[in-house]
Amino acid sequence: MTIARSELWGGRALLIGLMTITILPFISIFMTALHPSGTVPGGLDWPSDPQWGNFVEAFKVAEMPALLASSTFIVLAVVPISLAISTMAGFAIGHLRIPGSRMLLFLFVFGLTLPFGGIIVPLYYLERDMGIYNTRLAIVLPLIGLYMPFAVFWMRAHFVNMPTEISEAARVDGATTWGLFWRIHLPLARAPMLSLGILMAVWTWNQFLIALVLVEDPTQRTMAGALGAFQGHYATDVPLLCAGTILIVLPTLVLFILFQRQMISALLQGSVKG
Amino acid sequence: MITSNKRPASLAISRWVSRSKAAHREIVIGWLFALPALLMYAVFVLLPFVLSIRYSFYRWNGIGDMTWAGIDNYRTILEVPSLLGTISNAFRLVVYFSFIPVTLGLVVASVMQRVAPGRLGATARTVLFLPQVIPLVAAGIIWGWLLALPGLINQILKLVGFESYTRAWLGDFDWALPAVGLIGIWVLLGFCTVLLWTGMTRLDPALYESARIDGASWFTEFIKITVPLLKHEIGVCVTVTVIAALAAFDIVYVSTAGGPGNSTAVPGIQIYILAFTQQRIGLASALAVMLMVMVLVVVLPIQRLSRETAQ
Repeated sequence: MTIARSELWGGRALLIGLMTITILPFISIFMTALHPSGTVPGGLDWPSDPQWGNFVEAFKVAEMPALLASSTFIVLAVVPISLAISTMAGFAIGHLRIPGSRMLLFLFVFGLTLPFGGIIVPLYYLERDMGIYNTRLAIVLPLIGLYMPFAVFWMRAHFVNMPTEISEAARVDGATTWGLFWRIHLPLARAPMLSLGILMAVWTWNQFLIALVLVEDPTQRTMAGALGAFQGHYATDVPLLCAGTILIVLPTLVLFILFQRQMISALLQGSVKG
Repeated sequence: MITSNKRPASLAISRWVSRSKAAHREIVIGWLFALPALLMYAVFVLLPFVLSIRYSFYRWNGIGDMTWAGIDNYRTILEVPSLLGTISNAFRLVVYFSFIPVTLGLVVASVMQRVAPGRLGATARTVLFLPQVIPLVAAGIIWGWLLALPGLINQILKLVGFESYTRAWLGDFDWALPAVGLIGIWVLLGFCTVLLWTGMTRLDPALYESARIDGASWFTEFIKITVPLLKHEIGVCVTVTVIAALAAFDIVYVSTAGGPGNSTAVPGIQIYILAFTQQRIGLASALAVMLMVMVLVVVLPIQRLSRETAQ
C-alpha cells in the first residue's frame, strides 16, 4: 500500500495525541499525589518537594494488606468455582446436548444484558434472610450467579464446535460421561477457560456496586469497592486520595502490563461473544 | 406450542418407555452437569429478578408490612420529574458513552490501520486499552480531580486563553452531565478503537487495493468498504457502550452522586438512593424493572441487526 507522506505523519500525530489523552490523567494524579497532604495543587504542577511519604500514608490508611488479601480471596473463590460449573454446563448444553438444552441456553442468554442495578435491591434482602449479608460470601455467591449467563454461553460456544467423533471413539473405548469430560474435553478446553478466567478475575477485582451494597466493612470488599469507601473518607485531602487511588489501581496495572496480550484478547473476545 | 405435525402422544410415550435404562441414566448425568450452574443462576439472578417485579407492585419500607400498590409505583416514576429525569439522563449519556466513542473509534481505527503497523501500533493498542482494565470507580475519582476547579482541564483552558470558561465542571448544573459523559468517552473510546481496529486487520487488503486503483478517496473507502464489512464489530461496540450508558452507576456515584440537583441522576443511582437511603423499596424496584426493560428494548434490535448482516 502506498500512503502519502502527509497522511502518514498526520495519522501518527493523531495516534500519539490519543495516547497522550489516555495517559495524561494518570500523570496528573501521580503528580498531585506527591504534593503535601491537605494542600490543593494544580493539575499538572511538579511539586517542589515531592512527598513520597503520601504513598506510605495511603498504604496505611487504606489498609492495603487487608484489602489485597480480601480481593484475592474473593477472586480465588469466584473464578475457579465459576469456571468449573460453567464449563460443565457448557459441556452438557453444547456437547452432550441434553434434552431441554435449547431451553436451558435460552434461559441463560436471557441474563446476558441484565444490569446488576436491576436486581441489587432484592439481592440485599435475600442475603439478609440467608444470613450471609456483610460477609465475603455476600459478594462471592451472587457474582458466580451473575457470571453464569456469559460463562455458560462462552463455554458452550467452544463445546458446540468440538467434533462428536472424539466422544464416540472414547465411548467405544468404554469411557463414562464423567471420564469423557474430565480426560478428553477438559484438556481441550484449556484456551477458552483461560480467557474466561482472566475476564472474570478482572470483572471481580473491579466490581463495585455488589461490594458497596452487600458488604459494609470496606476491608472485606473488592479492591474497587474499597476505593469507594476510601474516597468517602479522603474526598477533601486530594493528594492523599490520589495516592490511595494509585495504590489501589496499581495491582491491576501491573497485571495488565505483564499479561497485556492475553488480557486484551480476552476482553475483546469477551465482548464479541457476549 | 405447535404439535400438529409431531407424532401422536401415545407413540412418543411408548418410545420413551422403550428407551434403555442406560439412556435415561445418560440424561440424568447430563443434567447433573448443568445443575450447579443453573442453581447459582436461579438463586442469585432469576429469583432476585422475579422478586424485583414483585416488589415493584408493593409499597414497602423494607421492614414493616408490604401493602399492595398496583401500578402506582410505575405511575409515580412517569409523573415525578426528578424520577422521569433519570431516564432521560440515561439516554443523554448514550450520546457520550456510545455515539461519540463508536463514531470517533471508527475514524481513528481506520486511520491507524493505514499508518500504524509495527511497534507504534502495538504500543498504541496497549496504551489505549488502559482505561478498560482499571475499575470504573478509579476512572471516576481520577476525572473527578481533573474536572475540579484547580484540576488539569481548567489549567489547560487557562493555558490556551479560555480562562473565562473555567469552572467546577461536575458541580455545574448545565455542564455536569457532559462532564460525566467525557469520563465515559475516555473509558470507552480506547476500547471501541482497539476492537474496531482488530476487526479491520481481518479485512482483505485486496479490497482496498482495487478501490485505490479505481481512485477511491479515504472517505469513499471508509463508507463503502470499512463500515459495511465491520457491521458485526460496530454492533458489538454499540451494544457494549449502550449498556454501559443505560446501566451506569460506578462513574456517576463517585464523580457526582447524581448531583448537582438531579442533573446527573441516572436510574442506577436513583435505585440506590430510593432503596438504601429512603427505604422506598417498591419505587426502587419499579425503576429497576423499567431499567431492565429499557436495556432489553434498546439492545435486542441492535444485536439482531448486527448478527443478521454479519452472516
